[in-house]
Amino acid sequence: MVDATTVRQRAEAFLAGHDPSGLSPLDWLRARFDAGLAWVHFPEGLGGLGAPRDLQGVVDQLFRGTPDNNPGRIGIGLGMAAPTILAYGTEEQKRRFLRPLWTGEEVWCQLFSEPGAGSDLAGLATRAVRDGDEWVVDGQKVWTSSAHLARWGILVARHDPDLPKHRGLTYFVCDMRAPGVEVRPLRQITGEAEFNEVFLTGVRLGDDLRLGEVGDGWRVAQTTLMNERVAIGASGSPRRTMMGVFTEAWQARPELRTHDLHQRALELWVQGEVMRLTGQRLREQLLAGEPGPEGSGMKLLFARHHQEVSALEVEFLREDGLTYDDWTFRRPDGVDFLGRGAGYRYLRAKGNSIEGGTSEILRNIVAERVLGLPAEPRTDVAAPWKDLPR
Amino acid sequence: MTLLYTEVEEELRTAVRDLLADKAPAAAEGENAAAWHGLARDIGVAGLLVPEELGGAGASAREAAVVLEELGRAVTSVPFLTSSVLATRVLLDAGYADISRLASGELTAALCVSLAASPYRDIPVAAVDADLVSGRFTGVAGAVGADLFVVPLDGGGVAVVEGDRARVEPVTSLDVTRPLATVTFERAPALALDGGSAPDALLFAAGLLASEQVGIAEWCLAVTVGYLKERRQFARPVGSFQALKHRLADLWLEVAGARAAARNAADQLASGGDARVAVAVAAAHCGEVAVRAAEEALQLHGGIGMTWEHPIHLYLKRAKADAIAFGTPGDHRTALAPLVGLPAPE
Repeated sequence: MVDATTVRQRAEAFLAGHDPSGLSPLDWLRARFDAGLAWVHFPEGLGGLGAPRDLQGVVDQLFRGTPDNNPGRIGIGLGMAAPTILAYGTEEQKRRFLRPLWTGEEVWCQLFSEPGAGSDLAGLATRAVRDGDEWVVDGQKVWTSSAHLARWGILVARHDPDLPKHRGLTYFVCDMRAPGVEVRPLRQITGEAEFNEVFLTGVRLGDDLRLGEVGDGWRVAQTTLMNERVAIGASGSPRRTMMGVFTEAWQARPELRTHDLHQRALELWVQGEVMRLTGQRLREQLLAGEPGPEGSGMKLLFARHHQEVSALEVEFLREDGLTYDDWTFRRPDGVDFLGRGAGYRYLRAKGNSIEGGTSEILRNIVAERVLGLPAEPRTDVAAPWKDLPR
Repeated sequence: MTLLYTEVEEELRTAVRDLLADKAPAAAEGENAAAWHGLARDIGVAGLLVPEELGGAGASAREAAVVLEELGRAVTSVPFLTSSVLATRVLLDAGYADISRLASGELTAALCVSLAASPYRDIPVAAVDADLVSGRFTGVAGAVGADLFVVPLDGGGVAVVEGDRARVEPVTSLDVTRPLATVTFERAPALALDGGSAPDALLFAAGLLASEQVGIAEWCLAVTVGYLKERRQFARPVGSFQALKHRLADLWLEVAGARAAARNAADQLASGGDARVAVAVAAAHCGEVAVRAAEEALQLHGGIGMTWEHPIHLYLKRAKADAIAFGTPGDHRTALAPLVGLPAPE
């Protein structure tokens, strides 16, 4: 097993041989990937060293101030597409997709939700019909962040409507430049459009863009979704927090402080600190090889905390809380939950309990998979998908 | 530091849990002498916080916290928190020479402060006159059966009084597993010690009480989950109804947070650094979680939860009392204000 010393030596040797000022940022990132210092827990040859995941911190610390791959812009690629490709991709797919994904040359988006399939993702209706070495895809996807920037999308589609809902699904990489892919912005309550609706009309995808076996789509999608939630739950302590933003406002505006707000602020400070400690304990469990079930719950904590703190900040600001920085309809290049004004933070945080699995679905997951409580009786699991009432 | 449990801590937990399963099979009111005998003398928990050279085990707050988790899970009526943590902590600070008799479990001691005392407020003290102390202390836990009393003195420091020189009047208490008493001294001969800060010991105990609260909450959650898997209504287990599942998922998250906060407090107390934030966070959070867990357990058990026969009421009473002990959650949050950059309004 590669240890911390080896990782440090590799990183130092790389820095010694690659002056960031002597290369374009992209060439530098490509070289870093090829040196196995992109994500050290990935296999050698695919940007990693096959090292324990926590040793990434050694690299990140040494590489502070070097060109970065703008993780806010390529979060879906890093957090969702990459682990899925690693788990289910062919060697050829891994070699083709992972490097430009990590360097940020190719942005990824996620084509999962549909107008008729939100929490009930397995009920999705987008069809993929085999035609020789190709698949023809027709359907509509929605809530697709970064689709307007994306080169590739991870796509779940129905290859066989005669099978029960979970078994008739297949997972693809969608070429976002293929004819028949149309991306339209969806304006959000913040005024801007992070996400889109994506219309797929007669889109032809080669069979070499299939990820996993035909009919394995649900299982592959679970890998994507679990990684999404763990990515949120297990990410390191951020340098800046929602509570930190509130605390700065509280310190800057003593004339707005009231006893009622003070009590609520202290409750939220405790809530934030408990959340931080829960996440820290979760990471320790993961590193100790005892994957804690806390991961499924971290996103629930995060959503509630962000919503409550940002709501308190708007109230605290009184007249300033009645203003908004900018309603302009724009398509941003990335997401920053803590950016902009208090009103934006309040409105954007509302999405935290919906995106990546609603808080209601996450509570079901905790109750059934962690606590072992029985599932609700269901009538939609065994019947052919085409016979389900819609 | 780690927020997980070490191997040694897990071994200690197993020993305590096995002993309680044997000596305290069903939680019950009234002090459990057999359980205390086994815990103190066989496992040696009474001397956990006492250095080896003074006759103890030389362990730390981390190990004491694990014992408290197990005692909370069983709502066992033993004087570990009151004697082996609170009183022992003060006597260690005060340099009490005879501490080895407490460490061995031969004697128990009680600190004469109300269980409701806050570490952040002044506490009642006894008057001293020529090594004779006089005073009346209400709400003292662990007083019934205590061999020694540790009495906070007017002007600072503490004194040690033999148990038979005190008048101990039991009070009918909300928490039947940790009953309170009024302790009165009338010119009782006392050994005055130089050091020993009752408020410091209260803060230490508040940080460790969080682990007892984790144990209470964990038991309530586990028993309720088990019951909802078994109990059938409308031709299905009631635990399959989303309305109940979501409540238990939320409770599980709160308990997970409580465990992280309590481990952090125990770890900070063990390291000997400034533990004020860690203690206040743990006390504020865990106090409320234990009460909520017991209240949810009662509600989700339906009628059986209201019976004297089912042990839930013992957990509810302990949890509610614990949320007042050593400072309320609100007291601890208020104490955080200047420490975390959220000063109070003018």
